[in-house]
Amino acid sequence: MKTLYFDNNATTMVAPEVLEEMLPFFSEQYGNPSSMHRFGGQVGKHLTLARDRVAKGLGCEPDEVIFTACGTESDNTAFFAATMAQPGKKHIVTTKVEHPAVLNVAQRLERHGYDVTYLGTDSQGRLDMDELRDSLRDDTALVSIMYANNETGVIYPMPEIAEIVKARGILLHTDAVQAVGKVPFKLSELPVDYLALSGHKLHAPKGVGALYVRRGSPFRTFMLGGHQEHGRRAGTENTTGIVALGKAVELATQHIEAENTQVRALRDRLEQGLIKAIPDTRLNGHPDERLPNTSNISFKYVEGEAILLMMDQHGICASSGSACTSGSLEPSHVLRAMGVPFTYAHGSIRYSLSRYNTDAEVDTILEAMPPLIERLRELSPFKKDQENEPPACTC
Amino acid sequence: MWEYTDKVRELFLNPKNAGEIPDANAVGEVGSLACGDALKLFLKIDDDGVIEDAKFQTFGCASAIASSSALTEMLKGMPVEDAEKITNKEIAAYLGGLPKEKMHCSVMGQEALEACLLDYRGEEAPEKITEGEIVCHCFGVTDVAIRRAVEENGITTLEDITNFTKAGGGCGDCHEKLEEILFDVLGKKREVKVEAKPLTNIQRMQKVMQVIDEVIRPSLKQDGGDIELVDLDGTDVIVSLRGACGSCPSAKLTLNDFVQKTLREQVEPDIRVREASS
Repeated sequence: MKTLYFDNNATTMVAPEVLEEMLPFFSEQYGNPSSMHRFGGQVGKHLTLARDRVAKGLGCEPDEVIFTACGTESDNTAFFAATMAQPGKKHIVTTKVEHPAVLNVAQRLERHGYDVTYLGTDSQGRLDMDELRDSLRDDTALVSIMYANNETGVIYPMPEIAEIVKARGILLHTDAVQAVGKVPFKLSELPVDYLALSGHKLHAPKGVGALYVRRGSPFRTFMLGGHQEHGRRAGTENTTGIVALGKAVELATQHIEAENTQVRALRDRLEQGLIKAIPDTRLNGHPDERLPNTSNISFKYVEGEAILLMMDQHGICASSGSACTSGSLEPSHVLRAMGVPFTYAHGSIRYSLSRYNTDAEVDTILEAMPPLIERLRELSPFKKDQENEPPACTC
Repeated sequence: MWEYTDKVRELFLNPKNAGEIPDANAVGEVGSLACGDALKLFLKIDDDGVIEDAKFQTFGCASAIASSSALTEMLKGMPVEDAEKITNKEIAAYLGGLPKEKMHCSVMGQEALEACLLDYRGEEAPEKITEGEIVCHCFGVTDVAIRRAVEENGITTLEDITNFTKAGGGCGDCHEKLEEILFDVLGKKREVKVEAKPLTNIQRMQKVMQVIDEVIRPSLKQDGGDIELVDLDGTDVIVSLRGACGSCPSAKLTLNDFVQKTLREQVEPDIRVREASS
């Protein structure tokens, strides 16, 4: 059975060009870039090339890029860098819809005496800029707002956010793990202090990420050890991963236009096709202010994990914000923050596309989904005539 | 993705007995959309008290649908007095097991069956089901339901209370109360954990034996394993894992994450568990 991979916000396939470029670093080019000999030094040149490529893709300077192991490490480093540099400031602003790589750090800092403001969203997942403005305080150490949401694809207005935050002289971090490669960046003109990205979300392998740190923004090392990354991130470099990340960012930059035309058109055809064919279906997130590859759709009266398993029978891969997929008991914190009713929240499916998806694949999904949802609805005791939203969780 | 057994997959993809029985003489309903799973069970019981037919409607995940289908298969042709004795463990066993995080699906089956049989007898199902004081307000779980789940399933941790009953899976405000119920049922008051006076060797030996017999062994036996206390050397407890646990590749995890953790919590924080060398 052919795999129809529509879960690219979870991870992506390694692009063939990326794989080709990284392979020598598994075999003949295994030198340590920190070594004094030429054999290691040659590898070091490829790290420089990768840094240049990432910097070009982000629109920043190469010395503003630190290679890390993943987006999570980049997010964590930004938080610790900003808070350790300003020990007198004990307030942080973030949102209720961040990735756990940010939320869990914020909660850890809360347990260590920090006061954290979690900004809410409206029903389409958008932030209120007045709420952001009002939340800022003289002792605010950091504002951390994701560039685009991983579940709904909703894009936050970073230029406007940066204007508000920087006007108060406060440090700004953005988790751009889902945005890099899908929207164009020019960090030289966007005054964020820290930006996190991850390789495996843009067709590089897992195990590599990067943190942008603006020149002049405070930085304290999170990983202590050797002098790698100019002493800012110790540990022997993942040379294969870094080389791959450089190539992947270069490719992503080249494909930005296709991402915003072909991928978007494919996504829209899938989304509109599903909503038209299946009654009691809704889109989660703003219809326009959204990543071009992401569609989060809820099917009323059915549960997400059951839908995913049925889809798996057709070889279709996607994700769900259903509680049952994670072992937690509450559906997605993002959907709940948006006030998505329980009747829909449990039955949410996230389709996330890439440039490798095709029209034929979308056709297959459009053919498979309606009978699949119908079958699960037949099993359900909840029917269309039961319109009342059940009582909300009291917690 | 969860590791489901073939039986769970089969009954999810091709559920048996799905639908309604229009002339059912027993209907039981549990769960809600807010909770993420719900089951409506229909029984047709003949004049001799034998279940002629059983059908279900389920909103929920694969294990909820499979548990419902399994339950109806088990019930068909069964006298009511035997049906009364069906437990969630039997539903899970019929499926070849469920991931522990999904055991609440089997509990939902047992509760729906109870509601059904109360309906059959003309009793008020909702009152019976919500008997007791609600401890977990997020999921409306009572102390009675929690105590029963702990007793019937050999539960020894707060995490498993959530896995089996959903209680504590929301805001977490009830965790302290859940722990109190757990320790109360296990006969171990929370004070044991913070006992200031050091135990004598005899006291330690007695408590270790008691916790192994009452808490650790029943839990291991559920997985086909067992444990033997070999010796005590100060706060070092030397044990030997038996049965399925003895040959399990995760034996070290069992010793550290379950046996040692439980003994530290319920006997003395300094206890170190070692496996006897063979």
